Order: sequence, then structure tokens, then C-alpha cells
Amino acid sequence: MATTTATGQTGRTPSAGLPRTPGHRSPAARRRRKTLVAWMFALPFVLIFGLFMLMPLVSSFVMSFTDFTSKDVRNPFAVGFVGLDQFAELFGNQQFLRSMLNTGYFVVVGIPLTMAAGLALAVALNNGITRFRSAFRVGFYTPVVTSIVAIAVVWRFILQPDGLLNLVLGWVGIAGPDWLNSTEWSMPAMILMAVWRNMGTLMIIFLAGLQNVSTEVLEAAQVDGANAWQRFVQVTLPILRPTLLLGAVLLSVGFLQFFEEPFVMTKGGPLDSTLSVSYFTFNQFGFGKYGLASAASYVLFIAIALLSLIQFRTLRSKD
Amino acid sequence: MTDTKTAPAAPARLAVRRTVTARRKKSAIGKQAWVYGLLVLAGAATILPFVWMLLGSFKTQGELLRRPVTWWPQDPTLDNYVRWFSELHIDTFFMNSIIVAVVTVLGNLLFCSMVGYALAKMDFAGKKILFLLVMVTLMVPGVVTFVPLFVMVSKLGLVNTYPALILPFLVSPLGVFLMRQFMMGIPDSLIEAARIDGAGELRTFTRIVMPLCGPPLATLGILTFLGSWNNFLWPLVAAQSEDKYTLPVALSLFSTGESATDYGLLLAGSVLVIAPIVALFIALQRFFIQGVAATGIK
Repeated sequence: MATTTATGQTGRTPSAGLPRTPGHRSPAARRRRKTLVAWMFALPFVLIFGLFMLMPLVSSFVMSFTDFTSKDVRNPFAVGFVGLDQFAELFGNQQFLRSMLNTGYFVVVGIPLTMAAGLALAVALNNGITRFRSAFRVGFYTPVVTSIVAIAVVWRFILQPDGLLNLVLGWVGIAGPDWLNSTEWSMPAMILMAVWRNMGTLMIIFLAGLQNVSTEVLEAAQVDGANAWQRFVQVTLPILRPTLLLGAVLLSVGFLQFFEEPFVMTKGGPLDSTLSVSYFTFNQFGFGKYGLASAASYVLFIAIALLSLIQFRTLRSKD
Repeated sequence: MTDTKTAPAAPARLAVRRTVTARRKKSAIGKQAWVYGLLVLAGAATILPFVWMLLGSFKTQGELLRRPVTWWPQDPTLDNYVRWFSELHIDTFFMNSIIVAVVTVLGNLLFCSMVGYALAKMDFAGKKILFLLVMVTLMVPGVVTFVPLFVMVSKLGLVNTYPALILPFLVSPLGVFLMRQFMMGIPDSLIEAARIDGAGELRTFTRIVMPLCGPPLATLGILTFLGSWNNFLWPLVAAQSEDKYTLPVALSLFSTGESATDYGLLLAGSVLVIAPIVALFIALQRFFIQGVAATGIK
């Protein structure tokens, strides 16, 4: 594919007849050679990327319009096209609708909370803290580098009815619920864990963004009589807007795909209350319904693309 | 970033500034205590689950079931760890995770640099399309591609092999983007000079460009290693027998299968999965944090 594109586009009049000694090449020939060399550099990437990324991406799209099942793997071209049937089945499937609702819940509640936590930590660390600054930074970032699976295993115990979290809540007089066995509290438990695990990423991103807020502007606002909160809301936040946007996009791409947490902690239960779209897709794959799984994954993909777009629009528009 | 210190620093303005700084210092001590309080509280909440995990991994099953929960192991034992090595072959899972991660990292460093160089410093037909494809696929989630990927890997007869675990991650659009962005900043004159001296593209790439690319290579290497070590969905699908499980796959299957209530074993397993990456993080924290900033602040 690489070379055809290359020659196809440089197919200008070849300067025939000129001796092809180095140094005496015609511009067209030189350009063709340059293109060839460049594609040689790109070749390993293009091959692997094309085969293991682009092709599955396109196949998944095509498969979502077919009745492809695990039985068709031997002869993939014998499957029947069913138009939008898979999507119709999907949107008539209570479990899928529930999984969309759950994923929405996770994103809509989880992202603002994580952003608020990350912002609070970044602002605190940026406030003239000198002692233990890097220790705090490392501490808050540690959950980010750890495997979600391992974290979920540990949190499954922490969230037991008489586990660590409820013990700590008991100190302040709160009787905690049976988090993972309650349809009402299983999702808040996952969100709590997600906030805990992801706030470090946002803290780092926001800390970098806070470097753009010059002390001069803040001092000018102070001279004008703005208190700390007003300075934060009216000076710091607007300057931080692009950084906030970036954090929100990065986070929502990850949050929309959440899978490991319910897989390890609840198996999607109780009563599908923590079944995510990714988990639904994985289950349909397990049942051998590849067409349906592809359709579900594309719905998620479109949601991710749309959400990123909306966030770019809303956070950019006020400039 | 550019806090332009404006030149007309009139004396009157300086005076105002001085009083502001003085007022600031007075309230600073109270404010600092408040800020430290918040940070210590949040820090404790962040670290406690790890502490509890580590301490719990040395407890017996009886103690883990006892209520109220204990902090310090009453009867410390290494049994949970011993069982991972003697009964559950964690050494195999560990080696699998290492093999997959190391090959994935090497592939990304080499192949992404090569395309990055072509995209940054060469002029060729099809360049725009290639770059566009890289940008468009930057955010494609794994859940979208894993079904056809599995069909393809099955057709190729690669299910439950290392190539199946490695190949889909051997290059990454993000890596290409990172390398390209950095290489754009290398002065053209440097590359022209090498060409005038008679160096071919390959020589220019290996002798001039790559030696300058330490920072993005470190970032890319660390991000890729981290991603590979913690990767879950694809290895869960592609590895089908214990001899090919990576650490997260093994831990998740034990934790949801027969060992679901073997608390000590699972906590020890979590420590074994988390410890190497946390050790790496603490040793190389500067690069990790640079990595986030690099992918974030483009």
C-alpha cells in the first residue's frame, strides 16, 4: 500500500534519457527517491498499524452490520449483512440500555469529582508549599501507575460491609452500607475508587497549568480587593480553562471504557447495577455474538468521540 | 509560561506590591497550616489502601476474617507469598509480563522514532494522510478493536502465543506523535549539515537524530512499559492457558475464580503485581511525571 500511494502521487513526467548518476538526478526522480526513503522509515509502523489497528477498526465497523458469530471465524466472508439489525437489537436490549445508563452515571458523577479533587490537590501544592512537596506529589500519583486489577482486588476487601472503609466511616459516626452488594451503593463505590485512582493524573496536569497563572495578575486582583475565592474563580480558573479541558477529555476517554473495576469487584452486579458498556461488549463477545459486540463497541466509540467534541466546544467557546 | 515582567515598574506600584507581600506573609502561616492539613488528610487516604494491602498480605486467613479488622499482622506469615511461587507459578506470569512489556517497549521506541523522523524531517508524498491517520487513531479505545482482532489472530493461528500478546501494541499512534513533536524541534541545519557531509538518511537518523532524542524516548518507554504491564482486556482475551497469562490476567482470574475468598493470597498477589511498577515509579518519578505533562501539554 505504501509504495503505490508514493508512486501514484509523484507520477509526474519522468525525465527520461538523463543519466541516473547520483548528483545529476532530475527533481522528479529525486523527489521520488525521497518519498521511497521516507516510506521505508515508515514501513514497520505502517505494516503493524495497518494490520492490527486500522484493519480491526474498519472490520469492527463492518461486522456491526452483519450477523457474525463465533461460528463464522472459519469462513468470515460467508456472513450475512443484516443492515441495522444489530443496532436495533442493541437498543431494544434492557441490559445494554442499563449499561449505557451505568456508564453515563460513572462519567457524569466521576469526572467532576475527580477534576475537583485533582484541582484541589494542585492548588494546595502550588500554594507556597515547600516542605514535602515532591513527597506529596509522588504519593498522590502512586495509584495512577498501579494495575486497576490489583487495585480492584484490594478495594473489594476494603469495601466489605465490615471492611476498612466502613471502619473509618464509623470513626466519624457513619454506618457505611454493604457497598458492593447494594444496587444503590455499588456504583458510588466504583466512582470513589476511580476518583482515588485518577486524581493524581489531573493533579500533575493542573500543576503544569497553574504555572501559567502569573503572580502579578493575582497580586493586581488582590490590590483591587478580590478575596482568595474571587481570585481563584475569576483569575485562576479562566486562565486554567485549556488545561481543564484537556484533563476532562483525557479522563472521559478513560472513564467511558471502564471495565476492570466491575469485572473484578462485582461481575457487573448486583442486578447489572455496575455493568458498563465495555463489560456488555465483552460479555457478548464471550457468548460468541461478534456482530452485536462490534455494534456495542461502536456505540461506545461514537460516544467517546462526541463527548470529546462537546467538551472542546463548550470549554473553548467562551474565549 | 511567559510571565513578562513589564518594564514600567513605577515606584508607586512597587510600594503597593511590598505591602501586599507583607500582608501575605502574615496570613501565610495560618493558610499553610490549613493547606498542610488538607494535604496530609488526602495523602493518608491515598496511601492507606496500599498500607493495608501490604500488611494484610502477611496475615493468615483466620486473621483476615476476624472482625473488627486488624491493622498490624498479629501472627505474621510469608505463607501467602510462598504459595504464589510454589503452587501458582507466579514466576511464569511474571516472565510473561516482562517479555511482553520489554518487546513492546523496544518496538515502540524503534518504530515510532522511525516514522516520527519521516514525519518531522522528510518531505514525501502521502505524508499528510499518514499523519492524519495517526492523529485520528490517537484515542481509539481497545474495546472497539478487540473482537475483529481476535478473529484475525485466530485465523493466523496465533491465539495464546506471545506474538498475539505483543503485536497489537508494538507501535502506537501516541508514540509517533510524541517522537514527531520532539523531532520537529531539532534544527534543520543540523540535519542539512549531516547530509552535506555525505551521511545518508539512515546514518543521519542513527547518528545525529536519535542521540538527541533521550527525553522523548524515556517518556515513551515509560508510558509504554506502564501501559503494557497494566494492560488487561486484550491479554484476557488472547491468553487462554496459564502458561501465557500476564500478571493482571492471572490475578483477576484467581480473584474471580476458585480463590475468590482466599484473601491473604489475593492481597499478596496484588502486592506482587503492584510492587515492581511502584518501585520503578519511585526510581524514575521525574520521567513519569514528565511523561504525563508531555502527553497532556502538547
